[in-house]
Amino acid sequence: MREVAVIGVGMTKFGELWNTNLRSLFVEAALKALKDAGVDRLDSMYVGCMTSGLFAHQEHLGALMADYLGQKHLPAYRIESACASGGLAFRLGFIEVASGMSDIVLVGGVEKMHTGADVTDALSTASDSEYEAFLGITFPGLYAMIANAYMHKYRIPYKEFREKLAHVAVKNHEHGSKNPNAQFRMKITVDTVLNSTLVADPLRLMDCSPVTDGAACVVLAPVEIAKKLGKPVVKVIGSGAATSAIALAQRDDIAWLDVVEAAAKRAYDMAKITPKDIDLVELHDCFTIAEVCVLEALGFYEPGGAINAAYNGDTYIGGKLPVNTSGGLKAKGHPVGATGVAQIVEIVEQLRGNAGERQVKGAKRGLAQNMGGSGASSVVHILEVE
Amino acid sequence: MLTPRVYTEIPQRYRLEANKCKACGKVFFPPRLVCTCGSQDFEPYRLPTRGKIVTYTVVRTPGFVFKLQKPIVLAIVELEDGTRIMAQVTDLPPVVEDYSEIIKIGAEVELVFRKIFSEQEAGIHVYGYKCRLI
Ligand SMILES: [Zn+2]
Repeated sequence: MREVAVIGVGMTKFGELWNTNLRSLFVEAALKALKDAGVDRLDSMYVGCMTSGLFAHQEHLGALMADYLGQKHLPAYRIESACASGGLAFRLGFIEVASGMSDIVLVGGVEKMHTGADVTDALSTASDSEYEAFLGITFPGLYAMIANAYMHKYRIPYKEFREKLAHVAVKNHEHGSKNPNAQFRMKITVDTVLNSTLVADPLRLMDCSPVTDGAACVVLAPVEIAKKLGKPVVKVIGSGAATSAIALAQRDDIAWLDVVEAAAKRAYDMAKITPKDIDLVELHDCFTIAEVCVLEALGFYEPGGAINAAYNGDTYIGGKLPVNTSGGLKAKGHPVGATGVAQIVEIVEQLRGNAGERQVKGAKRGLAQNMGGSGASSVVHILEVE
Repeated sequence: MLTPRVYTEIPQRYRLEANKCKACGKVFFPPRLVCTCGSQDFEPYRLPTRGKIVTYTVVRTPGFVFKLQKPIVLAIVELEDGTRIMAQVTDLPPVVEDYSEIIKIGAEVELVFRKIFSEQEAGIHVYGYKCRLI
């Protein structure tokens, strides 16, 4: 297996982009990534997207995006794993370059969610359609069930639990305020969260990531090519993916994301490192409770311990483990199929030292964790700058 | 008439038909063709109808088919044999100030047969199980 590097990154602004369509979003991000990489040819392309069929009445994205990128006859694959589609696309592009089958591979993620489609209904297809969505449960509802199970398992009083969860959103908005591509750049307070509308008890509107349009792309190449480009070489040193029960009721422990633990173990083993060696993390905070559970499953906190992470200031830029320096899904936005690739973009910008106001000083190794459904699929990558 | 998608799940939604692995005894709802132990040897099994709430939530913003019924309360129920299923909690008062006062993790429930929703514009009724507090 060859060593692989990320040689180019690019993303659109994330937000309510009413005047931009699905294909233009993808091509804009792809052109930025290709320009950043400085390459003039591609060997293949992966497109992560969750449900363009339901949102934009368009499938067959491999062909569509290759065509509109002006890459005649390019092999192109569309990858779907719900909200982990982008992360999984990145893993497959990585595998293709590592295998020696291709040299220059573009990996993108895209989602156009503001189309008039019923967003709640479209997203619910990532759950067990017949035994969850059928009953009326929504994604905020599934994560609310995880939140209630967590609060009960670790015997945290409601008021304390609610306030500490709010700190996750406050922290991610603080980070998002420093990101020009973020959907929300306003800072918020604990009260903003606690006074927002109840969506699914105990989660409120400001515990939830927003509905977002956007795309992100990266270019992968073997390290020997990356070294000739005159930029910091950001290598992919670990990659792990896993799946678990699709239905939340059938997980062993509702307050524990076993799928994240399994994917992370594979990535750490491949990189031959432990959580202590990581300088920053981009993780899947689709809801505030998700950030808490993911931090524990990644091995950064003991079970029941990560509820204090944002509250204690650990996960702020400048803290002991900066988490979601981009603003995360909460503030940067969550165009579902694009999120996994956008996480890689942030890690690369940080490792190159290009993150501006958000820069984590001396960052050498970053971890990206992307998740599908209520924790039925997850992908973890570890990147290192030479 | 029922749409085919609804029709295929009737044994589970009307009669709680599960299956049980003959090799390791694990129960699956809905039934599966292969067990996590690798066995493909199953016997039919009917779920018990009593259990307790493992976790729950109140969905304030459901999708369009449940708009008239909102908010809807859903729970994961662990049945007497240890099998877990998700179900709506029904037979609650129409207006509830604080759901945490009446629904607790650990509360005992029983499964009951109810209408789940009416399908599309034709309004075909779709039935299945819900649970109610005992
Ligand atoms: Zn078995």
